[in-house]
Amino acid sequence: MIGIYAELSEGKFKKSVLEAASYANQISASGVIAFCVGEVSNEEIQKLSKYGVSKIVVCNASEFDSQNYTKQLTEAILKENIQTLIVANTYEGKSLSARLSISLNASLATNVISLPETSNGFSVKRSVFSGKGFAYVKLTKDKKVISITPNSIDLVEKPTEIITEKLDSNISESQTKITGTHKAAGKIPLTEAEIVVSAGRGLKGPENWGMVEELADLLGAATACSKPVSDMGWRPHSEHVGQTGITIKPNLYIAIGISGAIQHLAGVSSSKVIVAINKDPEAPFFKAADIGIVGDAFEILPQIIAAAKTNLN
Amino acid sequence: MKILVCMSVVPDTTTKISFIENNTKFNTQGVQFIINPYDELSLTKAIELVEKNGGTVTVATVGLADTEPVIRKALAIGANDAIRINAEPKDGLQVASLLAEIVKNNGYDLVLTGRESIDYNGGQICGLIAELLQWPAVNVCTKIDFADGSMQFERDIDGGRQNVSSKLPVVASAQKDLCEPRIPNMKGIMAARTKPLTVVEPNSNEIGSDFYQFENPVAKQAVRMIDANQAGDLINILKNEIKILS
Repeated sequence: MIGIYAELSEGKFKKSVLEAASYANQISASGVIAFCVGEVSNEEIQKLSKYGVSKIVVCNASEFDSQNYTKQLTEAILKENIQTLIVANTYEGKSLSARLSISLNASLATNVISLPETSNGFSVKRSVFSGKGFAYVKLTKDKKVISITPNSIDLVEKPTEIITEKLDSNISESQTKITGTHKAAGKIPLTEAEIVVSAGRGLKGPENWGMVEELADLLGAATACSKPVSDMGWRPHSEHVGQTGITIKPNLYIAIGISGAIQHLAGVSSSKVIVAINKDPEAPFFKAADIGIVGDAFEILPQIIAAAKTNLN
Repeated sequence: MKILVCMSVVPDTTTKISFIENNTKFNTQGVQFIINPYDELSLTKAIELVEKNGGTVTVATVGLADTEPVIRKALAIGANDAIRINAEPKDGLQVASLLAEIVKNNGYDLVLTGRESIDYNGGQICGLIAELLQWPAVNVCTKIDFADGSMQFERDIDGGRQNVSSKLPVVASAQKDLCEPRIPNMKGIMAARTKPLTVVEPNSNEIGSDFYQFENPVAKQAVRMIDANQAGDLINILKNEIKILS
């Protein structure tokens, strides 16, 4: 039997849980069982049934503690005779997948980006060397815990009937105590940002940064700028990326109205995906970019903002 | 406070990654090895905690003799002593089992790891050690402190941060922002030469996975141009083809 850990974030299942379900139902011949900890509405449970989950086991609600959650989940997972458990590689998922691999005596693979290959044993593909390479890993134990990278598995619908079961296990007192939670509001720090929207002299003046910030907000991105822009005082120096500024390596870097001088590229070239928008088709940035758009920022940005508003969650 | 810092020796961040022997091994030729940057943060934090509260910092690494120059650097930064478990690291389970054994044998109050190593990026060791020892764990910490007899942490959670307190013993992993890494000074470098570096033989070599093949990412292709009148397509491509937005 294949199981998934269905992480609850404020009572809801995020997309990464549906990806785990999609992954599981593609390798399961006999249904998928979801395991969650905490209060969950029937409406949320029905969400999972769309992705092939035929049963959900709900463990007692308690404050998150990886040791305690592992205890409860282990009891539930062993009862259902799960061979392979799929977990989404979120912070919470990561802290549980490692522990569960020990408590279940399972092989563990994290950062997995592919369905398993089973022609010769059971192996998965995962990213290594901070994205500079990939590895194929054979999981040698009978049981497996697979932690999948969010956004690497397509959602596959497979509507099914779902039954709910409560598991009342004894919760022992947690060794850790949560004393405060702050969900990020406002600005994302540049060096930590997964997405960065950056602009240069092509924006013509500081008064035009509204649309850069609007796009950044829509994408959940941090904002950055080129050296001339911070030298002229249009933007604070803390936003300057490049050789003499901050070096960043986000998953996505969108450069608007920046020509792409070598000093600027030095600070951003290890970004996974680079989008360059510039009105000069000869701008050096197009040689370092994955995607390019030749055009004036004032015409291009409003189109992108409109598309982001309609197409993104 | 007796602290164990688990350290991984990894290729320098600027290393060009390539593979040899039919893509079955990482090519170490000409590669400079360093303390895993996240482990360097936990080492620095351990030293800060000991400076404030008293105690000792021990560094432990699973690695062959060629890791010793990097271990000496950790001693130069300020660890009191070091343990090298004489085995080639194969996977998270093997490394965590060997480190957990060290903890059982020597007794520590606090075990620190990095949030992940920058070579295999598994992010497994903190959780594995904690479960092997049946200790609590706090992952991806941006603050670690000791006050009124308990540990105080701030950790990253999805979409924010959280404060957590825990009794000792506990395992925690270091995230960026935890502290500024220290650069060893001449006095530290001199002292490191004579600090104890104990070599122990592995007592088991259980693994759960086998990294049998590697590959490099596909080389960057020529830039893909989007027509200026269809600029909105950018969002569609990033979301549905490259899957970088959701």
